[in-house]
Amino acid sequence: MSTGTDKQPILQARGLVKRYGNVTAIDGADFDLYHGEILAVIGDNGAGKSSMIKALSGATIPDEGTIMLDGQEVRFKSPLEARRAGIETVYQDLAVAPALDIATNLFLGREQKRAGPLGSILRMLDHKAMRREAERQMKMLQIGIRSMSQAVETLSGGQRQGVAVARAAAWARKLVIMDEPTAALGVRESGQVLELIKRVRDNGLPVILISHNMPHVFEIADRIHIHRLGRRVAVVSPQTHTMHEVVGIMTGAVVHDLEHPGDEHEDDKGPGATPAGEQQPQ
Amino acid sequence: MSDPQTQPSGQVATAGGPSEPPASTKRGRPKVSGDRIAQLGPLIALIVACIFFATQSDRFLTLGNFSLILQQVMVIGTLAVGQTLIILTAGIDLSCGTVMAFGSIVMTKLAVISGVPPVLAILIGIGACAAFGFINGALVTGLSLPPFIVTLGTFNIAYALTHIYSEDETISGLPSVMTALGTSFRIGGTAFTYGTLVTLALFAGVWFMLSQTTWGRRLFALGDNPEATRLMGIPVKKQLLMVYVVAGVIYGIAALLLVGRLNVGDPNAGLTDNLDAITAVVLGGTSLFGGRGTIIGTLIGALIVGVLRDGLVLMGVQSIYQVLITGILVIVAVSVDQLARKRI
Repeated sequence: MSTGTDKQPILQARGLVKRYGNVTAIDGADFDLYHGEILAVIGDNGAGKSSMIKALSGATIPDEGTIMLDGQEVRFKSPLEARRAGIETVYQDLAVAPALDIATNLFLGREQKRAGPLGSILRMLDHKAMRREAERQMKMLQIGIRSMSQAVETLSGGQRQGVAVARAAAWARKLVIMDEPTAALGVRESGQVLELIKRVRDNGLPVILISHNMPHVFEIADRIHIHRLGRRVAVVSPQTHTMHEVVGIMTGAVVHDLEHPGDEHEDDKGPGATPAGEQQPQ
Repeated sequence: MSDPQTQPSGQVATAGGPSEPPASTKRGRPKVSGDRIAQLGPLIALIVACIFFATQSDRFLTLGNFSLILQQVMVIGTLAVGQTLIILTAGIDLSCGTVMAFGSIVMTKLAVISGVPPVLAILIGIGACAAFGFINGALVTGLSLPPFIVTLGTFNIAYALTHIYSEDETISGLPSVMTALGTSFRIGGTAFTYGTLVTLALFAGVWFMLSQTTWGRRLFALGDNPEATRLMGIPVKKQLLMVYVVAGVIYGIAALLLVGRLNVGDPNAGLTDNLDAITAVVLGGTSLFGGRGTIIGTLIGALIVGVLRDGLVLMGVQSIYQVLITGILVIVAVSVDQLARKRI
């Protein structure tokens, strides 16, 4: 990855607004995701972070504002359009079909068909090729599952989420959005999924991680986008801010002044406190 | 930029020395899925039933009796094929029997009374069944109504229309094309009907569709987890509607088989066939909760229903007791299904 492309966000939003009747869910929100990073998006319940993520992934259409993917403006009308543009989403509630095998789940909606008329006319599936590709994908992400024809329900919770992550990583060409990927998992399994998310980033896909779990965020995020009252109030680095400070900004206990970074905390002179949107990943 | 429809883009696999796999392989052998039990159970039940009846009646284990069972299973089995498709989507179709009866009356009355060419009349009859499938599917997908209620309604509508259109008359004097599937051929002195072949071909065709095609895999997926299937960009409602229409066409084929077997158009046929078809599907190990099941299981389930009916007749058991036993069987099969799922 050249450093030149790092200057330009892979995904950028400016001035997003979404109103539902009298409620303003997104109130002029900005957003930046850079190449090679895991950006955690945090915010209290009702802060509007999921509304913003929905706008970025095509699940809702914002009333105002622009979204740029790789420097080009995009207007997604559905999640399918976002997916076609190279944005994949992993959902918290394990969006896999438990009775079906791993290969089928990985290729659901994008099945590989046999060559020739068997595929084009009979729409016959190429089971072998899909299993082979699934195996390659799982190996690449070091998910230790032996048989791709195993039903997903026979896997542990962490492995199941691994299948969902592998599916997103396999198909995403630009970035992956992970919506609370560890919310349904135990401690050990969460750890496995966090490792997996790092591996996805190291393999070249930037990741947006939505999470309520501060330790998880601080463990793997490169930058933290803090959302409050419908907009981004700060972007900080886990190196320069403590969990306590971040929660303070998130709940409004600490006013993080975007114009005068560092004011809310005297010791804070780190780069993590530069104004949101201008800060570059390390 | 690779075409998303053909190949995962697969970002470059540069990362990672061989670190500990996150999802541990240290677990022992994979848990035996409830499906395994569900797959073997029906076959064992069929064999046990056969052994039991063989000890009760000398006539049970004869080729002639086997042929008779197949003929009886033909109509129920065909209905059960359509029913399997719908139950796999976590739906149910109570209307299958009366829709079939309606189709059989439409094709026979058109041909005999209205003088429509028989082949055309057959196609219109099958089309009438497909139309009922479309109505069921449209109400289930369009208005999100529960399939149980929708098909309970169309069960009655089809029943009423059958009697209104036929004016309660049995239609006889059918053209030979219509009864062709009821005629038989001989293998070693035993007669088998052509209709049996049609039923078996239908099972084979649906097996292929379910296990080898995109359509089939997606049908399982939408029955298993409709939300996940939708999120993967599959047009769930369109596919669900298609399933009901395809099932309707299959009921239409069942109507033709019924006409061939009875040699008349009978407005009172098919009234209890819905329960027999559902019994066959459930006995065959297909889960009423959707997403799990096999078409081969349904074939075995239909054979169990046929063997039970036939065996009980040979034992001289009154027909009302057969109904009693079928009712008990359904409940046992559904309970087994439920318990098997809970263990997972």
